[in-house]
Amino acid sequence: MTFGTMLTTMAEGMLKTILLFVLTLVGSLPLGMLVVFLKKSKFKPVAWLTDIYIAIMRGTPLMLQLLVWYFGPYYLFGMSIRGYKFPALLIGFIMNYAAYFAEIYRSGIDSMPVGQYEAAEILGYTKLQTFMRIILPQVIKRILPSVTNEVITLVKDTSLASALAYAEVFSLAKQISASQTSFLPFVIAGVFYFVANYVVAWIMNRIEKSMQYYK
Amino acid sequence: MSEMTEKEMNTENSTEQSLTGREVLKMTGIKKQFGDLEVLKNINLCVRHGEVVSIIGPSGSGKSTLLRCATFLEKIDGGEIIYLDKKAATTSHSGKVFYTGKAEMKEIKQYFGLVFQQFNLFPHHSVLKNIMEAPVRVLKRDRAEVEKEARALLEKMGLADKADQYPCNLSGGQQQRVAIARALAMKPEVLFFDEPTSALDPELTIEVLKIIRQLAEEKMTMVIVTHEMSFAANVSNRVIFMDGGVIVEEGDPKEVFGNPSQERTKQFLKSYKE
Repeated sequence: MTFGTMLTTMAEGMLKTILLFVLTLVGSLPLGMLVVFLKKSKFKPVAWLTDIYIAIMRGTPLMLQLLVWYFGPYYLFGMSIRGYKFPALLIGFIMNYAAYFAEIYRSGIDSMPVGQYEAAEILGYTKLQTFMRIILPQVIKRILPSVTNEVITLVKDTSLASALAYAEVFSLAKQISASQTSFLPFVIAGVFYFVANYVVAWIMNRIEKSMQYYK
Repeated sequence: MSEMTEKEMNTENSTEQSLTGREVLKMTGIKKQFGDLEVLKNINLCVRHGEVVSIIGPSGSGKSTLLRCATFLEKIDGGEIIYLDKKAATTSHSGKVFYTGKAEMKEIKQYFGLVFQQFNLFPHHSVLKNIMEAPVRVLKRDRAEVEKEARALLEKMGLADKADQYPCNLSGGQQQRVAIARALAMKPEVLFFDEPTSALDPELTIEVLKIIRQLAEEKMTMVIVTHEMSFAANVSNRVIFMDGGVIVEEGDPKEVFGNPSQERTKQFLKSYKE
């Protein structure tokens, strides 16, 4: 296999990695916010259940979670899991990352000075207006470095999809490497992850800079 | 008072003269506890239109808590709060405190503004936006009209050139003046100040006090919790001295500062002369 064919074969995997990455972010970034609201719920059972959910997501390996999401429906309910691989991966990644994002959001929200809430209340803002217009914009600025960390981790974590033999770039690298007895596929995969994260870091840096107009 | 006159008084600025002397805020028998600590013990406070009331007293005397109760940042444990004949909070015979419904509360909250010790400007909004946001978003007023007023307020505060700046680029005194402009933009009936100069050094304090004095001259109704004794003596129509959760002495500033009737007041004022 020439380097060219290797690259074109793996390019397909790269697209799948990027797709998994993007869809996970699109799902988990907002879901994390919902998780924070549930965690802060005044109805205690909801808050407790949310705590348990976060504890499990953070306390067990993501690879194990992916296997449970994929094979669980078959073993628990005898359902057919044909064609269910990608949805299972997405659910697994989104549920896991939402838990981490929720904790980051919570730390940001809890760090807001109470004076901001009080000033908004005196001015007659509703709770929703206060959150959307006063609190959230400042929280985003505060948590951006932590979010960047998490997003970079996600780029690399997509390789865990190989546990379900999903043909993303890392799975392909393993396969091609074994069949061709070549180390090159791993180098290609490594460069791919590195460049992807370089782009992510650059974008996040730009966003951070765009918020530096105030302290 | 008939409904008609009440409506007239609330809506027409031209009747300002007739409003003078009218009770804007009436707090009776206010009680507030933090755990076992009684912070406010049966406080009565009445503020009339056009009046400037200063509240002085040592730290922990309950003066800030009183303001926070008046502005609903703290819930009272007993007593009654009335704004312009609208009952905001009442206490039943069994001692349970009731606050009025959401809709009326929203209306009542528009009667007052509060200037904080720590300014509490919104750091992500420009100076102009800090002032404009609430009138536009909360009162749903026309943006262009609000902007004109906001710029006029900034002019008055001596900050016309700071409209596009962010709070982090302003001095503490400038920030506090923006905070005053932000409160005034809501056109409150009464403006509360919670130690407005305590976070400022003497030079910056002067520029903020100058603004408050100017507002007093314009007959803005104000309640000021302050440690600036000479300012309180000069500006206010009435001084209230609080200690240990009660009003120890209250009256004309000349009387309270010049010839206090209570031993505790003398003692407190003496500490400021040294």
